[in-house]
Amino acid sequence: MSGESRAVSGVTRATLAKDIRLEWRSKDAINSMLFFALLVVVVFAFSFDPTAEESRQIAGGLVWVAFLFAAVVALNQTWAREIRNQVLDAYRVSPAPPNSLFMAKALGNFLFVAILECLMTPLFIVFYKLRALGPGWQLVPVAALGTWALVVNGTFFAAMSLRTRSREIMLPLLLFPISIPALLAMVEATTIILSGDGRARFWIVLLATYDVVFTTASLALFEKILDAE
Amino acid sequence: MKKVFPIFAVLTAGLLSYALYQALVAAPTEQTMGDVQRIFYYHVPSAWTAFLLFSINFVASVWYLIRRNTAADIVALVTAEVGVVFCTVVLVTGPLWARPVWGIWWTWDIRLTSTLVLWLIYVSYLLLRRFSTSGQTPVLAAALAVFGALDVPLVYFSIWFFRTQHPQPVIGGGGSIDPRMLHVLLINWLAFLCFAFLVCWSRYRLERLQRDVEETQALEALLDPRSSVR
Repeated sequence: MSGESRAVSGVTRATLAKDIRLEWRSKDAINSMLFFALLVVVVFAFSFDPTAEESRQIAGGLVWVAFLFAAVVALNQTWAREIRNQVLDAYRVSPAPPNSLFMAKALGNFLFVAILECLMTPLFIVFYKLRALGPGWQLVPVAALGTWALVVNGTFFAAMSLRTRSREIMLPLLLFPISIPALLAMVEATTIILSGDGRARFWIVLLATYDVVFTTASLALFEKILDAE
Repeated sequence: MKKVFPIFAVLTAGLLSYALYQALVAAPTEQTMGDVQRIFYYHVPSAWTAFLLFSINFVASVWYLIRRNTAADIVALVTAEVGVVFCTVVLVTGPLWARPVWGIWWTWDIRLTSTLVLWLIYVSYLLLRRFSTSGQTPVLAAALAVFGALDVPLVYFSIWFFRTQHPQPVIGGGGSIDPRMLHVLLINWLAFLCFAFLVCWSRYRLERLQRDVEETQALEALLDPRSSVR
């Protein structure tokens, strides 16, 4: 391993460890996300009959919309604590590579949203009587790729909306239009797997392509966003 | 330059009226759809113009990210604004035509849906420019434009696959077009291109002037001895 790449992974690991420790002690992001997702589940349950057989057709969309809204709550907090004590400015003048900071933030968000999904899935199964009629194991790659798709763009756009007025509102306005193909792929793949008709392969490949394209774009442009002054 | 602009404006107005006459009177009436089909001469040129403007926006944004050229930033802003206007025209004229011909205002078909998503992306681009605090706006906007442009093929593929699995209303895709109709269509497109260029041009000049004024005001505020007292 060359010296530079060791520095990259070192900074990533240190930032990630710091974020996880902060989150472990405060549980700000996880708590607000969990409660928010729970509210979405309950509100949806009042909007239509969740146990009807037709609900299986919309369950994929419902699960992902709940996770998307909840993820925005966490993404909005990503950079907030770095601003408070001018940590971000300190980072900017330090020689640490910007991309390692970005990777740490994206991985941290991925971890938090993944934990949320693991905790919420049993609740969805109980409340909506979900049962996979197709190959259920495929839900794991769909969830992993889909979560990364939301989180990598979300982390990038959260850094972007830091520089705007009313930044909490700005993030979903930027994130949702760009995320439409990923959201469509997640929802379709999940619905196919749950209802058992058709194959989800195309959607998983599309999600993987989306992830590769936007991870590359984020890494290529993050330095310019961080240094924009 | 100051003389070219009014001459070009008059020419564009003439071309637009000629194109209007061609579309409403000279072009042959379509056999099955009747006069409703004439909206085609506005719908299609607007779509092509909007796509062209969004492509220019992408090129200008990349150029700005590489060179930090102010002109490129203004071009990106202007083309996005005018492109959104033309894209809105497409989204409004489409349903107006679809209602009598298909019997429905809207369908989640591939072209309609991808145009709508494209419109959403560029509206969010303009919102970012509006909400962002001055100095950093160009970089953020250029990055978003790159993301948006990367998103377009993915949107198209995903919706294409999404819709080929579901029944969709019959669309007159392919097929041949009467050469006289094609002629009118191209004249209209030329007129729309000139009009778009004219609007972009005046918007560019306006933006330039506005930035100059802001810069001058900022300088004056720095130099003004009273401002330090206040």
